[in-house]
Amino acid sequence: MSELLTATGLVKRYGGTVALRGIDLTLESGKIYGLLGPNGSGKTTFIKLACGLLTPDKGKIRILGDAPGVETKKVVSYLPENSYLNSWMRVEQIVDMFRDFYEDFDPEAAYRMLEGLGIDKTAKLKNLSKGNKEKVCLILVMSRRAKLYVLDEPIAGVDPATRDYIISTIISNYNPEASVLLSTHLISDIEQVLDEVIFIQNGEITLQKSVDDIREENGKSVDELFREVFRW
Amino acid sequence: MDWKLDRSRPVCPQICEQLCVGIASGELKPGERLMSVREVALAAGVNPNTVQKSFEELERAGAVYSVRGSGWYVSEDTAAASRQFDGLVRQRIDGFFADMARLGINEEAAKKYVEEWKHE
Repeated sequence: MSELLTATGLVKRYGGTVALRGIDLTLESGKIYGLLGPNGSGKTTFIKLACGLLTPDKGKIRILGDAPGVETKKVVSYLPENSYLNSWMRVEQIVDMFRDFYEDFDPEAAYRMLEGLGIDKTAKLKNLSKGNKEKVCLILVMSRRAKLYVLDEPIAGVDPATRDYIISTIISNYNPEASVLLSTHLISDIEQVLDEVIFIQNGEITLQKSVDDIREENGKSVDELFREVFRW
Repeated sequence: MDWKLDRSRPVCPQICEQLCVGIASGELKPGERLMSVREVALAAGVNPNTVQKSFEELERAGAVYSVRGSGWYVSEDTAAASRQFDGLVRQRIDGFFADMARLGINEEAAKKYVEEWKHE
């Protein structure tokens, strides 16, 4: 397995607040990673640094050897926490926009998944339910043939059926050349899908381990361990 | 197959166990093609790499074999799966006697309970 993303001594401050305190992290290709931490632990900051939306104050982050920028955006497919899509657009217009934007976007795959869900491609985004809107966003992101999928809180705020759909979409789009990094604090729903979990706390990484190793060593689920580690 | 997984135990051995139960019970026939790694991952809601690892472990044990470009098949010889299945049954029985011991019932008495037990 080859190195996909490496972060070394990554520091990010917002004014006087230190969001990341020197993060060292390596992600390999062909794995599904869970970035787990309570609110305010630095998950989204790390993701935004990886996607080039923020620049580090110290340290560096490399994706296939490049600093986040034009080249890495070609291979990183990012699902932000909040949708940035124009709500007046129709689903098919957004698909067209993604086709124009990303070389690796596969519109057939997107339409196949949309059809499977019975989402009308002529519907305007603002007329879709919250769950369907989230599904459209995920479908667009997963329809790219990217090397790294970065999903910021993909399962927060959706009903359990939608959560299952999102999880099965991640599994069925899995391919050994690509990796998925997803952040969440809803661990029990997703832990079995993950290869490795990364615990982040107060801007520091406190654990990076495989789910089965955690269960083997602790005799408990990752969710239970999380509740212990992050007890307030 | 019904993939009920215990969240406090590693996934990989549980996938192996369930496949062995399937083989030992005859639900999966010798020479039969298994579900693909992706299908098992989707059905059980687990990571595809973990399923792959489980299949490889079962292959080392001789319970299944892979055909390049085609998939995974149940071995003609089901002895390996039966051994695993036996181990599983014994483990459950161990667990039962341990539970009984916690209730203050010794082995002898527990066996008597089992003998007198009738399905209601």
